[in-house]
Amino acid sequence: MFLLLTLHLLVGIVIVATGDRFGRRAFLVAAVAPLATVAWALGHADAVLEGRPVVEDATWVEALGLGLDLRLDAFGLAMTALVSGIGFLVCVYAYGYFSHPKPGTARLAGLMVMFAGAMLGVVWADHLLALFVAWELTSVTSYLLIGNDDRNPRARAAALQAILVTGAGGLVMLIGFIVIGQHAGTYRISELLADPPTGGAVAGGLVCVLVGAFTKSAQAPFGSWLPGAMVAPTPISAYLHSATMVKAGVYLVARLSPVFAAVAPWRGLVLVVGAVTMIIGGLRALRQTDLKLLLAYGTISQLGFLMLLFGTGEYRIAQAGVALLLAHGAFKAALFMVVGIVDHEVGTRDVRELHGFGPGWRPTVAVGVIGAASMAGLPPLFGFIAKEKALDGYVEHGAFTGSGAVLAVIVIGSVLTFAYSTRFVLGLLGRLGADHAERRSPTAHPPAAVFVGPAVALTVFTVAAGLAPVIVDRLVRSATVALQPGVTPSTVQLWAGFNTAFVLSLVVITVGVTLAVVGRPVARFQRRASQAIRWIPSAEQGFLFCLRGTLQGSKRVTAVVQNGSLPIYLAVILVVATVAPLIPATTVFPSLPRLVDTPIQIPLAIVVVVAAVAASVIRRRIAAALLLGAVGYGMAGLFIVQGAPDLALTQLVIETLATVLFVLVLRFLPARWADRSPAVALPIRLGVSALTGVTVFVLALVSAGARSSVDRPNISQEMIERAAPDAKGNNVVNVILVDFRGLDTLGEITVLLVAAAGAVTLARTGRRRASTPTPDPTRAPDREVSA
Amino acid sequence: MRRLLVVDTAVRVLYHSILVLSLYFLFAGHNQPGGGFVGGLTAGAAVSFRYVAGGVDEVRSAFRLRPATILGLGLVIASATAIVPILLGGAVLEHGDVEFHVWLLGTIKATSALPFDIGVYLVVVGLVLMMFEAFGDDVATDEISGEAVSADVIAADAELPGHQRERRRR
Repeated sequence: MFLLLTLHLLVGIVIVATGDRFGRRAFLVAAVAPLATVAWALGHADAVLEGRPVVEDATWVEALGLGLDLRLDAFGLAMTALVSGIGFLVCVYAYGYFSHPKPGTARLAGLMVMFAGAMLGVVWADHLLALFVAWELTSVTSYLLIGNDDRNPRARAAALQAILVTGAGGLVMLIGFIVIGQHAGTYRISELLADPPTGGAVAGGLVCVLVGAFTKSAQAPFGSWLPGAMVAPTPISAYLHSATMVKAGVYLVARLSPVFAAVAPWRGLVLVVGAVTMIIGGLRALRQTDLKLLLAYGTISQLGFLMLLFGTGEYRIAQAGVALLLAHGAFKAALFMVVGIVDHEVGTRDVRELHGFGPGWRPTVAVGVIGAASMAGLPPLFGFIAKEKALDGYVEHGAFTGSGAVLAVIVIGSVLTFAYSTRFVLGLLGRLGADHAERRSPTAHPPAAVFVGPAVALTVFTVAAGLAPVIVDRLVRSATVALQPGVTPSTVQLWAGFNTAFVLSLVVITVGVTLAVVGRPVARFQRRASQAIRWIPSAEQGFLFCLRGTLQGSKRVTAVVQNGSLPIYLAVILVVATVAPLIPATTVFPSLPRLVDTPIQIPLAIVVVVAAVAASVIRRRIAAALLLGAVGYGMAGLFIVQGAPDLALTQLVIETLATVLFVLVLRFLPARWADRSPAVALPIRLGVSALTGVTVFVLALVSAGARSSVDRPNISQEMIERAAPDAKGNNVVNVILVDFRGLDTLGEITVLLVAAAGAVTLARTGRRRASTPTPDPTRAPDREVSA
Repeated sequence: MRRLLVVDTAVRVLYHSILVLSLYFLFAGHNQPGGGFVGGLTAGAAVSFRYVAGGVDEVRSAFRLRPATILGLGLVIASATAIVPILLGGAVLEHGDVEFHVWLLGTIKATSALPFDIGVYLVVVGLVLMMFEAFGDDVATDEISGEAVSADVIAADAELPGHQRERRRR
């Protein structure tokens, strides 16, 4: 498994690194990785389906209990089939799609493989933190894939929105993971599910995890990024934004639900959010004229449906979820491929500009119609079986509060799904084409075989699994058992008898057909209704509101904290730096030492004090700088008196150089201080200065007194004794600098380097007059997705 | 820039003398007062004489290497002195020494602490040169427009508190 993940990464890096040399052939290179995964998974399928998962462990940071633990069980196998199976087909499809590769096309292939690897990481991870890392990697690769056309501002805005929403959700989810992991005492998902933690904090953590899952799976109210992401090339949308990545949230909910559905807010939250998402997605899908956006909103609706199926914790409903997961992956990817083919050959995907196709298009149109029929839940297709199973699960086994309401939502949502599936078919057949639009599609060049092939393959699967459900039966049942060990799910079959679920299916089909036939009044009603609820802010507006709010808020905070006033900065720094050490220092305050050792110290001290006072009151800058120098010279004199020639020498030279450098800078300033500061500033300045002075004085006393209280009071004596024999030097100060404490010196000169670089940069930027205006990320150009 | 004969002549004498002094500090440091740090600062003081005599161009002409290069070179030498003992199987910064006799000069004792001190010396010299480079030129040039900006504009700007400066720019 590690080898496969590494293979994805390597193939991705190689393709990205070679740039556009491969052109569209990069996708065939990319297809190697998912193909290898499929082959490997088939090899292990038997054991996995029998309930013996493949496990690989690697320790990462042992002390923190971090591990890259991978585990493939039957549910993981179903997801792997989606990720790698569809991944391979999409690679082949992309080879046909990018028949005229532009710069950056090959990069798409590389990123797509890397995404596939990250997604496999999500599915295989058996460790919460490893799952989180892989999860975020899918967000990042998705960001890069959406924004690959980096000159298109809409692509950039959509990519930014996608990563902001999913990234924020991911961070919230991380909090939840940590809360749960700490309470459970393990981050291993399999151990966690075997022995689930309890408590109020765990419930909070679960809500956090759900937020992450909802953002990733485009649930209300976080779903607005998904339609935006449709600016990506269609192969990317087909793969990431319908079949795989958006299923990550569903995957997580499916994993955790069997254990946590009974914990307070979980089931209610998932069901409410899923229901709202399913209805809203369906309603909005009905109003699209762009086939791709129609599918995008349809995907949101279906994801809500999946949440309804997986969030209950009831295995018979979850089994329907597994079936729908596979069915949806197959038909939605195929439908996206069809839209991509239409877009590629005709140049539009707007239903008003499509007027039917020529004879060479029959396979493509057939794929579209069958896919839509599966989406609508018509027999004898895989989608029908999944929906039947879902209805049956809710009718027969919905033994929790609100299950009746959810069943109603599912029926209504299914009617909507039927309606927008019909709309898709009508659009594809050209029945919605406007008369005034140019009739381009009937004469459009039919697509090449390699272009249609993958979609045909998916459709064959949809039909085959519908007619002979036995081919998916074992996978679906094993996956259900993997989610909830010990249960015995029923077989998946096309004809389950004349039961309530079948009646509901008939109702859905009847109402759906009626809606399609009397389309006009429905559309009028819908337009009115949407006018009426216009005052409710959409998720898109909510996102922009939050983004603007964050930017405005940070601007305000910055304006207060970084107000550009040097005196205030200085005061804050000094107060913090002095008050903090002063508090502990006062507790160990020693008695005052002997103040005067030799008489000559008195005049030197007077020089220092007088010069210091003069420097603080004088109004000429140069004079103040010189007086500061005088203070330093006085200090040097005191050092000499104390018998520290090295220190004195250094002090002297430093003061000289510092004064010269002072003068260099002061040339740019007026000769005198102009007193423009408000009157209140003076006492504050005096207070800060006094505080600093007192602190330095106290610290000097305390640190001088502290020398006698350490374990080895004679360390200076020892250094003096060992300087000549050990370090071959008689100057103890220098021996300390270059030998005893040589590493300190090394660090210090490194700091000097950094300081020099900083000073030079400061000097340069200080002279920059105008600043370039920064672009406002919220001012993205209008999107068509706000339909 | 107007140059003064007296200053020029004095600097010509003083500059090299001080440089020699700084080298003395550097090499004597291990046994007498001095060391790489003081030596470097003394050399910096010597450079400041050149600056007084001829401005930043004079400083630039005094050294063939760029200031940042000198600084980096010093750090490399010091780090190498620290790392080589590890490669030889010792501790970080472990020093060895050799003694040898030179005619007329007598016994010379050299320890590997000297290269480390030389590194420190170069870092300090480089730092001082960089400061002259950064703040020493007479007229600041505007990086964007390339126009010369007179010192008093900068000064007036620096004098005002932040919000007033904003207002002034508008």
